[in-house]
Amino acid sequence: MEIWDLHCHLSGVPGDTPESRLAAILRYADRMGIARLCVCMGMQWNYDPKPETMRQENDDVLRAIRAYPDRTFGFVYINPNHTTASLQELNRCVRDGPMVGVKLWVAERCSARSLDPIIAAATELEAPILQHTWIKITGNLPGESTPLDLALLARRHPRAILICGHTGGDWEVGIRAIRGHSNIYADLAGGDPAAGFTEMAVRELGAERVLYGSDAGGRSFASQLAKVLGAAIPESARRLILAGNAKRILGPILERKGVRL
Amino acid sequence: MREHERVLEIQEVPDNRAPQLDRRVFLAGAAAAMGGAVFPSTAPAAPAREESGLVDVNVNLGRWPLRRLPHDQTELLASTLRSHGVTQAWAGSFDGLLHKDIAAVNARLADECQRHGAGLLVPFGSVNPKLPDWEEDLRRCVQIHRMRGIRLHPNYHGYQLDDPVFARLLALAAKNDLVVQVALVMEDERMMHPLLRVEPVATEPLAGLIKGIPGLRLTLLNALRTLRGDALGKLVAAGDVYVEISMIEGVGAVGCLLDLLPADRVLFGSHAPLFYFEAAKMKLEESPLKPEVLRAIRHQNAKRLLA
Repeated sequence: MEIWDLHCHLSGVPGDTPESRLAAILRYADRMGIARLCVCMGMQWNYDPKPETMRQENDDVLRAIRAYPDRTFGFVYINPNHTTASLQELNRCVRDGPMVGVKLWVAERCSARSLDPIIAAATELEAPILQHTWIKITGNLPGESTPLDLALLARRHPRAILICGHTGGDWEVGIRAIRGHSNIYADLAGGDPAAGFTEMAVRELGAERVLYGSDAGGRSFASQLAKVLGAAIPESARRLILAGNAKRILGPILERKGVRL
Repeated sequence: MREHERVLEIQEVPDNRAPQLDRRVFLAGAAAAMGGAVFPSTAPAAPAREESGLVDVNVNLGRWPLRRLPHDQTELLASTLRSHGVTQAWAGSFDGLLHKDIAAVNARLADECQRHGAGLLVPFGSVNPKLPDWEEDLRRCVQIHRMRGIRLHPNYHGYQLDDPVFARLLALAAKNDLVVQVALVMEDERMMHPLLRVEPVATEPLAGLIKGIPGLRLTLLNALRTLRGDALGKLVAAGDVYVEISMIEGVGAVGCLLDLLPADRVLFGSHAPLFYFEAAKMKLEESPLKPEVLRAIRHQNAKRLLA
């Protein structure tokens, strides 16, 4: 069964260069039978990166994915607190470069209006947007989004392809929050392999809206794959979650870039 | 206590179905635990003798208090474990987290293991040392249910590991040849129910405590989320201490763990049915492990620990 991992970082493995880290991650991916990885940031972690740091993070990913073009795709990391620089990065890395998606993390909550030009531009490029979300009883970071924030964004941008990173961590709440928005996909990545997560996502959203991701290298490929391979769901749903949905979502932008699968 | 010594004890106890040690004797034993009293056990189950297999040291029976789980019925869990090649599973009880009638919890656990998992499920009873007369629960684990180990939840039961009652419980368990499992967490503290928040168990007092309790065999469950690096290495080195892999994370995490700990201290644990069982099993595939290391983690360490 083909597997595409929608959510990986250049972290969790030794290596001084982006290429060496991605090589190390791919060795583990090979052991788990994962064909393709979508990669963003991870050589360093910056909650609220300045424009030059953003560029450095994206240069790292560009170097890494250029070394493994048949195995990896890049997502550009941008910061909505720097709109102009973010749009420049989007154009540099996605419109004019090899990257195929957008990563938003914790600099600003995604319900903020400052995201609108970025989301509009990404939508025009047919680039999916992976937005980190979490609902923490221990307290979110100031700019950390919840699935409810993403739902507000989805309402303003119904054509955008939005991926709810981690499905909010507290997935029983996260799934409910995004249920009514058909352009939001649930990302299984990160979080413990809590039994029932995938079953509920398939039941409430439909298998077509559920995506396998790992959050490697901080998370184990194994623990995250188990959410799909261990779930009591039909085999057809498993195939969609592991690769079918990713191919469908990324299909238009890959075609636009002339990537043949 | 070795197995032949247990056999001798069996012969000394006339009624091996429901032995009732005189309560005064029992309490004296509890009070003298640090000094050497032992609850006579009647008929301990012999550990599995398979030369190969998979021993899961971390499963739970019953209902998780906050949601239904796909395998929270014992027969389904046992069937799933068997389908994955598990030859023995050490089972605690979710009821042991919050219930106050621990005696009933342990009786149900023993019964469920026997009825639905004979030969597979090994019951590990709960003991809450903050409840009055907890020693009686421990005595029943040993004498009535013939358990080989106990599972403790200090954070759900409201005590720290520097509480003198914890030391007394460990000593009494060691004197009765019980494997002691301490669960440091049950779930990610970031997503706990707002009315059921508990901190991870703080392990700082444990290394010093272990050194003063000869014969203690200690397994830390769900530990590798919060216990890492030097603190983990020092604690494992402090005594006969083991960890299991259910909550370890990161690519190739088991292989990385073996850079820190000797392979003979690492056990296979799934935390099923709260976690998908497959997660732990696939972690063993994710890391390149030598065959002898894999055998040790899969079953040899656990069998030696329970022998």
